[in-house]
Amino acid sequence: MKYLFLVIVALASFQTASFCQDMTALVNKVKAKLDKVNDYVAEGNMKTDVIFIKAPVGRVKVYFKRPNRFKLKRDGGISILPKGGVTINMTTLIEGDHFTAFAVGDAVVNGTKVKVVKLFPTTENSDVVLSTLYIDEANLLILKAATTTKENGSFEIEMNYGKYMAYALPDKVVFSFNTKDYKMPKGVALEFDDEEKLTDAERIKRKKGRVQINYSSYTINKGLDEAVFK
Amino acid sequence: MYKLLQIELYKIFKRPRTYISFLAITALVGVIQLGLVKNGDDYVNFVMGNVMQSFSFDGKLLNGYLVCYILLQLLLVHVPLLIALVAADMISGEANMGTLRLMLTKPISRTQFLMAKFLASAIYTFMLLVWIAFLALFVSMFLFGVDDMVIQKTNYLVQLPVDDVFWRYTGAFGFALLSMLSVAALGFFLSSFAENSIGPIVATMSVIIFFTILSTMSIPLFQKIQPFLFTTYMVNWKEFFDPKVNADNAVIVGSLHKPERIITSAIVLIFHIIGFVGATMVIFKRKDILS
Repeated sequence: MKYLFLVIVALASFQTASFCQDMTALVNKVKAKLDKVNDYVAEGNMKTDVIFIKAPVGRVKVYFKRPNRFKLKRDGGISILPKGGVTINMTTLIEGDHFTAFAVGDAVVNGTKVKVVKLFPTTENSDVVLSTLYIDEANLLILKAATTTKENGSFEIEMNYGKYMAYALPDKVVFSFNTKDYKMPKGVALEFDDEEKLTDAERIKRKKGRVQINYSSYTINKGLDEAVFK
Repeated sequence: MYKLLQIELYKIFKRPRTYISFLAITALVGVIQLGLVKNGDDYVNFVMGNVMQSFSFDGKLLNGYLVCYILLQLLLVHVPLLIALVAADMISGEANMGTLRLMLTKPISRTQFLMAKFLASAIYTFMLLVWIAFLALFVSMFLFGVDDMVIQKTNYLVQLPVDDVFWRYTGAFGFALLSMLSVAALGFFLSSFAENSIGPIVATMSVIIFFTILSTMSIPLFQKIQPFLFTTYMVNWKEFFDPKVNADNAVIVGSLHKPERIITSAIVLIFHIIGFVGATMVIFKRKDILS
């Protein structure tokens, strides 16, 4: 009986240890892959899918420079972006050594088996409170990240890789985020016709938004002037 | 007929009162543009505050297209009053001066006489709108530049690509012309009943103000009668700035969300113009001209 009890305790300890397995090494490998890129200029199309925003699909240029300089510019037009979310990229999430990473299990993202890793920042001034990364161990790629921030709420980033997989740069990025309800007083909008009644499904849909960027090309490590970030 | 029209236009543009409208528009547009040049960003931040809590905007939000939209929202409610100043004076002004009887002794039909007068007031209305378009659109484009146009509707926000805006303004001004012509036709109609100008001018203004209030209040009792008021259709120039979206919720360039609403409103306004002018002719033809 005593022997059985010891076996159970040993197994439980082993399970707990594996459940909370330190994943810093894996994250560092991913980070090393990301570190191959010092700067890039990417071109692509951006689509904002928020039910209360009618916006056209537009050409965008994205500029990135280490450590955390990021700028998205629409080619000839105004870009409407959710605050915070789009400017956070994988490099900024795992920048420096100021995080603790634990494995919390396995999952499947778009048919690929991934390791689910919780990332806790260890610096107090970080806007990110918690990130969950879904890492493809074989290719050292982050396929999905769910992040909670202090200032800008929670959002998810899903990435699909293709031509630039070697640099861990995605071909397609989808940012999903929660939105506040939009309402403009009729007197301000000067619209006086009957309001369209919203169904419950539409009301729920109004709370969710997505920004999708399809990258067509990257120019990597060619140097980038600071002026583009102003 | 052409000669008659020339005479009527000469009379309209000879009167100092005619230029009050042009001066008032110039002053109003100028003051608003000055305010927006100085504190336009504060204004945009205030109006867009709700959306700016969750979204950041990169680009020139306050551009000539948006400024023109703001100006039209303010102006097109008040311009009818300026049009009434001239249109409601067309027949009653002659009666007041005692020249109506004299004019009708000339070898012209009363229909020709009325048509010349109405066309003259229509040309005045057109010129006033061209002046508004020049100041509100072209001067604003010059002062503020151009970019995508981001406007707020009651339930959603619209972003129109910079290349997809100008034709919408052309349509909106065309529609505004119909709206203003229906006001001119109303003033013209009321003008045929009076022998002094003040009465029909004030009556036209009162009808427009009263109907506009009824058209704009979201009270169930008023909502039942709103479809029967022509002022309800006058604000539908804004439909030109509401594009259709595809299944992915992306704006379809060059589209209109509810074109049928524009067409219905235009038909209603055209019917009002024909109705008021036709009624004026019927009444005026049977009228005993004593002044």
